[in-house]
Amino acid sequence: MKVRLLDVAEVIRSKNAGPYELTLDIIFKEREMFERIVASGRIDAELIARLYCIQPENVLCVVSYAPAHAIKATIKRPVCSGNFEDRDVYGAQQHAPLMDLEVDLL
Amino acid sequence: MDCLKEVKVLSPTGILGYGFPEESFLIGLAKNPDWIAVDAGSTDPGPYYLGSGKSFTTENAVKRDLTLLMRAACERDIPLVIGSAGGSGALSHLERDKKIVFEIANEFGLSFSFATISAELEREFVVSEFKNGKISSLLPAPEIVEADIRNSAHIVGQMGVEPIIDALDGGAQIVLCGRCYDPAVFAAPAIRLGYSKALAIHLGKILECGCIASVPGSGSDCIMGYLRDDSFSVEPLNPLRRCTVTSVAAHTLYEKSNPCFLPGPGGALNLSETSFCQESERRVKVAGSSFVDSGKKTVKLEGTRFAGYRTISIAGNRDRIFISQVESILEDVKRQVAENFRRSLFPYTLDFIVYGKNGVMGDLERCQHTEGHEICIVIDAVASKQEEANTICSVARSILLHAGYPGRVATAGNLAFPYSPSDVAMGEVYVFSIYHLLEVDETSELFPVTYYNIVGGQVR
Repeated sequence: MKVRLLDVAEVIRSKNAGPYELTLDIIFKEREMFERIVASGRIDAELIARLYCIQPENVLCVVSYAPAHAIKATIKRPVCSGNFEDRDVYGAQQHAPLMDLEVDLL
Repeated sequence: MDCLKEVKVLSPTGILGYGFPEESFLIGLAKNPDWIAVDAGSTDPGPYYLGSGKSFTTENAVKRDLTLLMRAACERDIPLVIGSAGGSGALSHLERDKKIVFEIANEFGLSFSFATISAELEREFVVSEFKNGKISSLLPAPEIVEADIRNSAHIVGQMGVEPIIDALDGGAQIVLCGRCYDPAVFAAPAIRLGYSKALAIHLGKILECGCIASVPGSGSDCIMGYLRDDSFSVEPLNPLRRCTVTSVAAHTLYEKSNPCFLPGPGGALNLSETSFCQESERRVKVAGSSFVDSGKKTVKLEGTRFAGYRTISIAGNRDRIFISQVESILEDVKRQVAENFRRSLFPYTLDFIVYGKNGVMGDLERCQHTEGHEICIVIDAVASKQEEANTICSVARSILLHAGYPGRVATAGNLAFPYSPSDVAMGEVYVFSIYHLLEVDETSELFPVTYYNIVGGQVR
C-alpha cells in the first residue's frame, strides 16, 4: 500500500536551523500512520538525499519524534543563508519535494 | 526544596516589532503576569542586518509594541526583559532600541531602573581567543582562519541567562539585551527565583515565538506560560487560538536540527522524556524535560563580513521558444559580459535566478523542466563598488534583452520589465563569516551591564 505524504500529514515544512542547516518537518495527522511510516523505514537519509539532489553524507539526521508524531530531517544547506547563489534566505520554501512523496507501507 | 508558587510569564509577540493585538495583551495583564519577556531578534533574515548595523524591524513598529509593554511593566511594577535588541543585537542595534526606550519613558513620564547588556565583541579579543584555541566551528559551518575574524564587520556573542540574572540582581526592572539566546529572556527571571533550568528554558523556547505554538498559529499574538516546580503550561491569550498537544510538541521541532536534543549556552535541553498533556481545551501541560550540562561555558559567536555591492534587475519572459533554451541563452550572456569586460580588472559575480524553473530551490531542485507559460529572471550582479555592480547588471541586462537564439521569432526584445528604472542598486552585501563556539571561563565580562535610573521620563 502506498500513501502520499500530502494525504497523511498536516504539516510539511522547511526552515533554517541556523544559517548553515535546513530542517524539514513532516507532522502526521494520525499517530497510527506516523508509526506505520516510521516502521516502514522508507524515510531515511538516502531518500532525502535523492529528493534534494545531495550526497547522503549531507543529510545530517533523520529522526522521528513521537510526542508530535513527526519525522524531521536536517540537511546541510548547499549555500549558507544569504550567501552568493542562495535562493531562500529563511529556507521556508524547500518543502515541496516531500509533498508528493509516495511511501510504500509494509 | 520548598514548593515554589506558580509564576506567569507573558510573551506578547514572536519578535518585538512584529505587532500583537492589544486585546490579547490586556487579557494577559488581567491574569497578573510576574514578568513580561520578548525576543527581538533572529539570524533568519540573513547576514545583512548584523553586517550593516541596521534593523529588520522598523523604529515605528518597535515603538508601538514597546510602548504597550513598558507602560504595563511600569504600572504593575514587574520586570520586562527584551532579547536581541534591534534584530541582530550588535551595539548599533542596542543603541537603536535604547533610544526608543528613552523616548517612550520621556513621552509617558515613566520611572524605572533600566539596564542594557552589550553583546558585541571586539575583533581583537576574538582573534586572541582564536589564537588560544578557544574557538571551534559549529558544524556544518566551515572552519575559520584569523582573517575571517579580522574581516568581520560585527561580531556578537549570544548571551545566556547569567548576564540577565546579574542585571536583575543589580536592581534593573527593564532589561534590554544585545544578542541573546532566544529563550533566555523568559527563563532568566525564573532561574533566578530557583525554578528548574530545564523547564524554564523549554518554556522559553515555546514562548519566544509568540503564538506559533498554537492553532491557528501566529508570530504576532500573545501567549502566557505558567511555570511550576515540576511542570509548565502554555495557553494563548487570544480566545480564537488554542494550544494542542500536537501544536506544542510540534513547536519543539521548529527551526531545530534535532527535536530531542537542543544545544544552547552551557549545555543542551533533552526532550526525549518530555510529556505533553491537554490540560484544558486551550492549555497544554509539559513536564519531564531535562538539562544536560556540557561542563564548560560556551558562547555562540555570529559574525558577518562585507562582500561587495549588489545591483539587480527583474524581468519576465513569456515566449516558449526562449523558455525552452533559457539556460544556454543565459550562459551565453555570461560569456559575452565576461568578454566585454576582459580588459577591466575589477572582479564581479553575475548570477541569474530563473523563477519558473529552479528559482526557489536552486541546486536542491530535482525538477529540471519548466511547465509554466512564463518565467521571471532576476539578474544579480555583485562587485566591490556600487558603480561596478551597476555596470555589470546594466550590460548583462542589455545583452540579454537583445540576445539572438536559435528559432527566435520575437526579435524586438526578450524581456518584459515591470519597472523603469529597470535596475535597482541594492547597496552593501554581507555574508556570514563566523558561526562558532567560544569557550570562556566567565561570561559576565563578555556581556557588560550598564544601568540607568529613569525618573519621570528623565535619565538620571
